[in-house]
Amino acid sequence: MTQPAPAAPGRPIRVLIAKPGLDGHDRGAKVLTRALRDAGFEVVYTGLFQTPEMIASAALQEDVDVIGLSILSGAHLALFPRIMEALRARGLDDVLVVAGGTIPGEDIPVVRDMGVAAVFGPGTSFAEIVEFLREHAPARDDAA
Amino acid sequence: MGLIDRLDAGDPRALPRLLTLIENRDPAGLSALNVLYPRGGRAHVVGITGPPGSGKSTLVAALIAAIRASGRTVAVLAIDPSSPVTGGAVLGDRIRMMELHADPGVFIRSMASRGRVGGLAPAAAGAVAALDAAGFPIILVETVGTGQDGIDIITLAQTVVVVQVPGLGDGVQAIKAGQLEVGDLLVVNKCDLPGSETLARLLRQSAEDLGTEGWDVPVLPISAATGDGLPDLLGAIDRHRSYLLASGEGDRRSSAAASAAVMTGLRAAIERRIAAGSSEAIARLLDDVAARRMTPDSAVAGLLAALDRAPGSGHPVGDQRGG
Ligand SMILES: Nc1nc2c(ncn2[C@@H]2O[C@H](COP(=O)(O)OP(=O)(O)OP(=O)(O)O)[C@@H](O)[C@H]2O)c(=O)[nH]1
Ligand SMILES: [Mg+2]
Repeated sequence: MTQPAPAAPGRPIRVLIAKPGLDGHDRGAKVLTRALRDAGFEVVYTGLFQTPEMIASAALQEDVDVIGLSILSGAHLALFPRIMEALRARGLDDVLVVAGGTIPGEDIPVVRDMGVAAVFGPGTSFAEIVEFLREHAPARDDAA
Repeated sequence: MGLIDRLDAGDPRALPRLLTLIENRDPAGLSALNVLYPRGGRAHVVGITGPPGSGKSTLVAALIAAIRASGRTVAVLAIDPSSPVTGGAVLGDRIRMMELHADPGVFIRSMASRGRVGGLAPAAAGAVAALDAAGFPIILVETVGTGQDGIDIITLAQTVVVVQVPGLGDGVQAIKAGQLEVGDLLVVNKCDLPGSETLARLLRQSAEDLGTEGWDVPVLPISAATGDGLPDLLGAIDRHRSYLLASGEGDRRSSAAASAAVMTGLRAAIERRIAAGSSEAIARLLDDVAARRMTPDSAVAGLLAALDRAPGSGHPVGDQRGG
């Protein structure tokens, strides 16, 4: 398997990886976390059993560009709207939210309608995810 | 509205954004620091350092709870290493602190070391200045998990807590050098595990040689996991703060910290200018050193001369996104 090329020097993209819900399998999330690190991202890994409030509050303080939600429990239709709502409540509408794990095909349009920009199924290569994040991480233009 | 106005107006997004700009040496971040830096100098900056896995993050989480119980707000800067190869980083300290999310009096920020060795990150001092200006009375800085060489924390913190645990390495030999000496407080964490009493005894012997006039370095057994000993630790941290203020040692440390911050910044600025300068001339110098036509010292003299000639150059160029 080929590793994605390291990023050009410059501002690293900050990503929050979270496991919402009650399933206790974080292997996939950890492997992705390391793959993103190897592609030059700075990844805040927040671990298992995260509530929507925890995810949104961490995303706010860490000022991440991207939130990656890993979900295997099948509770995505219940959890994602609450997560998106918690983000909106904090003004984090511009953060890119993506999801991975086991989300059945027929749910993907539903999840995307909620504001999840991409759903990466089990077969997705890391290179594809890295490319997507580099391309879609929101641009910034801040004045102090 | 600018970020500083938004910070003053209580917008919770302002501080995180300012920290990002500062971390990235964005011109907007550097100019924000011009405003923020003079506002600071009030916070008690407490460093938490110790070997990887010694329980620093768990300890920080437990300390946060104790600090909050004492009625103070608290900010945390938690530093993890960047990969020297890819520049990426896994920032995992926050995992231990997730339970505190609902408390608006707690602010936690993770930061990658971005090439700096010694336990801190290039922008750690700038970030602490911003947290200080934002009004947090106490700021906890968790260093990269380090062995003996991770002692940069003394250039940033007024009070340094060195965390040790039983069962690492071969007793005192492993911990004697370097790191202990920077400790104002020595903590034996995981005192729920066997071996902690022996370690505490050994540390007490070493601690007799440490400390300064008026401050004996305490050795505190705690369990960050169960909360045992936490009130004593916070009590000792607060006592050290009083000692710093009363003895003049605090002022001495502030001057030392200021000079360290300027020297670190100077070194980094020179490196950036070299990197941005004529790489061909530099490559030639390096070749000459490699081929033993020139000593490293002469190459340094050559580079300094080149710096004098180079046009002013500041900020890193290029951006990862959209490329
Ligand atoms: N038994 C016991 N385990 C503890 C205690 N404190 C922390 N741990 C465990 O030690 C491990 C490492 O804890 P962390 O808090 O992540 O350690 P750290 O020093 O922050 O690690 P790095 O940031 O990676 O250097 C975890 O599994 C904790 O649960 C303690 O008081 N007792
Ligand atoms: Mg840690």
